Amino acid sequence: MESTFGLLALSPPGWGGTLLIALWASIRIAVGAFGIGLVIGLAGAYGKIYGGPVLRDCLSVYTTMVRALPELILILLLYFGLTDLLNRALMALDFGRIQISGVVAGIIVLGVVQGAYATEILRGAILAVPSGQIEAAKAMGMPARKVASRITLPTMLGLALPGLSNLWLIATKDTALMAIVGFNELTLATRQAASTTKAFFTFFIAAGLIYLVITLLSTWGFARLERWARRGDPPRQTGGR
Amino acid sequence: MSIATTAPPASITARAEAIRVEDLHKSFGPHEVLKGVSISAKEGDVVTLIGGSGSGKSTLLRCVNFLETPSSGRILIGGEEVRCRGDGTPADRRQIERIRQSLGMVFQQFNLWTHKTVLENLIEVPVHVLKKPKDEAIATARKLLDRVGLSAKENAYPAFLSGGQQQRAAIARALCMEPRAMLFDEPTSALDPELVGEVLAVIRSLADEGRTMLLVTHEMKFAREVSDHIVYLYNGLIEEEGPPDQLFGAPQSARLKQFLKSVS
Repeated sequence: MESTFGLLALSPPGWGGTLLIALWASIRIAVGAFGIGLVIGLAGAYGKIYGGPVLRDCLSVYTTMVRALPELILILLLYFGLTDLLNRALMALDFGRIQISGVVAGIIVLGVVQGAYATEILRGAILAVPSGQIEAAKAMGMPARKVASRITLPTMLGLALPGLSNLWLIATKDTALMAIVGFNELTLATRQAASTTKAFFTFFIAAGLIYLVITLLSTWGFARLERWARRGDPPRQTGGR
Repeated sequence: MSIATTAPPASITARAEAIRVEDLHKSFGPHEVLKGVSISAKEGDVVTLIGGSGSGKSTLLRCVNFLETPSSGRILIGGEEVRCRGDGTPADRRQIERIRQSLGMVFQQFNLWTHKTVLENLIEVPVHVLKKPKDEAIATARKLLDRVGLSAKENAYPAFLSGGQQQRAAIARALCMEPRAMLFDEPTSALDPELVGEVLAVIRSLADEGRTMLLVTHEMKFAREVSDHIVYLYNGLIEEEGPPDQLFGAPQSARLKQFLKSVS
């Protein structure tokens, strides 16, 4: 038992500090990717609903492709493919090669993946907003942008949050896939610690618990957010809690 | 319910025209709902549109503030013509927004914003679109809520109000814009019978204070009492129109006679 705590101690020879640093990297990627995913998703949802035929087709290709391919392949493709393309372009323009930082690459790559799913979640939620809510705003002379920010988005939030909370949890766990490109996030750090110390069980249980804590905190946070977003909902007649 | 009435003299000569619709056509796909309708409401007029289901009365009302885009025809609000492109869509977004701000619309389904309290519903557009100071908007909103008898409900969310209360709040919300005219689209059709009276009382008080109103309703007795002019629509055309006593007392066309018999 003592040796377990010793292994997990924050300062060397314990690996706790290393794991926490890697956890911080994972969280940064998850938050960044989720944020980018939301921005892409919002733009994508509005594009799919109100855009012209060309834009809608482009967005369909994007959401279909991203959702069809395994995320691991997408990460390899986008990480190595995009950096390669970018560097070729830079070379052609007589700039030097650049090395994209792992965090930035992770955020962009996972953000593109998240964006495809967010597009569909938000599109569904926007379409579920009763048309009368939007019509009332239009009838009072609200400009379209204001209708979106003041009426449509707050109304659809309660409808979108269950889907978005799923998406966020997927984001936290997809950060583990960044291990494949050698990025030092929680899963890779855990594997290194485990293989160095041979204490596989200890470290993978520890990592599992960390992911569990993230999930529990997130679920609690999203539940609060959803309660707030649904503050105007009518009281439930039956069931519910 | 406290209802203040500050009625200007009922008939002033040469009143300006508040709403004018000329030769309005509207099609949904191949289906022509309005086939050339012209109406006019002077300042202070209450003009009521009646007619059976599918007669086009709601569509006509919704064309006035461009919630529906007319296929052809002219619409003038306060003498200002709404500029349209060839396909009938408004040419100037800002003009439409400004005109809509001058027309208070009340819907059959109330359409209060569900995520905002009653007071927030009332001050939303004055504060966030018209950029009025918040305390000023709140003071105006409270006065109007008092007028429609909802002072106690300012912090309630719409879902927690009865239909009649929601509709009175929706009327107060429209009044917050200090509109030139009010548009009522079947304001009592979604209400339980016992709640109709409280909403009609509010609308009547608005008519009594000389507000310009365009009203679509199935409440014939009420229409007869408050209106200056009744328009009977049948199948996208005006079948008959005139002062209420003439239209209800001595209908000319067979269709109007039939219609009045069926709704009484």
